[in-house]
Amino acid sequence: MRPFEYERAADAADAVASVAGRPGAAFLGGGTNLVDHMKLGVATPDLLVDVSRLPFDTVESLPGGGVRIGGAVRNSDLAAEPVIRERYPVLSQALLAGASGQLRNLATTAGNLLQRTRCVYFQDVTTPCNKREPGSGCSALHGYTRYHAVLGASERCVAVHPSDMAVALTALDALVQVQGPDGGRSIPVAELHRLPGDAPERDTVLEHGELITAVDLPELPMAARSHYRKVRDRASYAFALVSVAAMLDVEDGTVLDARVAFGGLAHKPWRATRAEDVLRGAPATEETFRRAADAELAGARPLRDNAFKVPMARNTLVAVLRELVQRRR
Amino acid sequence: MDAQITLRVDGELRALTVDTRATLLDVLRERIGVTSAKKGCDHGQCGACTVLLDGRRATTCLAFAVAHDAAEIVTAAGLAGDGELHPVAQAFVDHDAFQCGYCTPGQVCSAVGMLEEVEAGWPSHVTADLTAPIELDETEIRERMSGNLCRCGAYVNIVSAICEVGR
Repeated sequence: MRPFEYERAADAADAVASVAGRPGAAFLGGGTNLVDHMKLGVATPDLLVDVSRLPFDTVESLPGGGVRIGGAVRNSDLAAEPVIRERYPVLSQALLAGASGQLRNLATTAGNLLQRTRCVYFQDVTTPCNKREPGSGCSALHGYTRYHAVLGASERCVAVHPSDMAVALTALDALVQVQGPDGGRSIPVAELHRLPGDAPERDTVLEHGELITAVDLPELPMAARSHYRKVRDRASYAFALVSVAAMLDVEDGTVLDARVAFGGLAHKPWRATRAEDVLRGAPATEETFRRAADAELAGARPLRDNAFKVPMARNTLVAVLRELVQRRR
Repeated sequence: MDAQITLRVDGELRALTVDTRATLLDVLRERIGVTSAKKGCDHGQCGACTVLLDGRRATTCLAFAVAHDAAEIVTAAGLAGDGELHPVAQAFVDHDAFQCGYCTPGQVCSAVGMLEEVEAGWPSHVTADLTAPIELDETEIRERMSGNLCRCGAYVNIVSAICEVGR
């Protein structure tokens, strides 16, 4: 591993100034992704600015009825937080579907969002990868692609964002609070991550030195009946092949409102707006759910090894929506 | 680059100068000589390096020691009382919950931390009702222990050992 300097940030402004002023600097949260990548030679920061002890480690009610989650809140604490379990169960479920108990105790909210969008080739420095080394080529495109993207990929990169938490936050319309060298800004979580396009080396829209200080959940009564389902190769402790975060507001058999996001399908958590458009105003039936899934997945472009993801995503979405309706009865 | 840190490891206070690149796992094993935390995959995937870090189970291979200055660490070796095994370790012996034993210290620390999480009412991926009290059955134990691999495949007895203590 390359040598690096270490600083513990005194406050957010100090952290931002330290990273923004040095191209090779990186923020350190729980470290579960970054330290791994440093060992693999994928990440080579020359300065780590530790933000894990900054006082953004609480979950608080917001004046408008929403909830503010500090960027340094550990994944395990967030999953166990009573207000999340009661009002936003999809988020608890997504967190608990990710990683392992001992990793969730380390991993932070901000770090989970900013874990790299990646694939096995990205993590293997002996292979070409446009994300790791722009212009070197994509090893996955004609390689092993079971876990790769079927939506929104480019010729340059077909990796997927592996976070479960981010999929739930996307369905919940969460707002990411960011502090940067030029002040603060708020970014809807659906706009935080990028599709690969011609610049797969950039996972997010954040500029160097911008720090996620919090994630805000809006007041969203229908989220109290929300659900996250993850399909994977093992029963536990594996990345998603496909995952679905969803919630439905149904009255007299008609869908009034819906929120749907997919994981495991794209370079970013995939907000299924086409599916939502089909669902809104339609009868809450299995036929509607299938049409909604088909509308979203019509644009899927599977690779050699992952055509199964399309029917898997369709069936998982239908199953989750059916379950949400049945549970209301 | 070097840094000065202190750690309390199994009750003993240690002051060290560490390379910023050193993980907690390497500092425990190579610098302090506490070898009960094992190096398996060294990438956070196997759980052999699990200890109680400030009271919670954590992998030590993905944690830089410098970032955990002033931490309190309890390894499997430090769980034992005066001449007596910790109840979880004793249950592993009673249930023959290991074969080669390499993953065992991590399994034991993970189980101790996990049982405290259950005590605190934390749900898991297999908990049907997120707001109901936890019923620690085999399915719950298997899910909650999925971060600890055992290549000998002693899982059946590991589950029954933890089941006994969790009762």
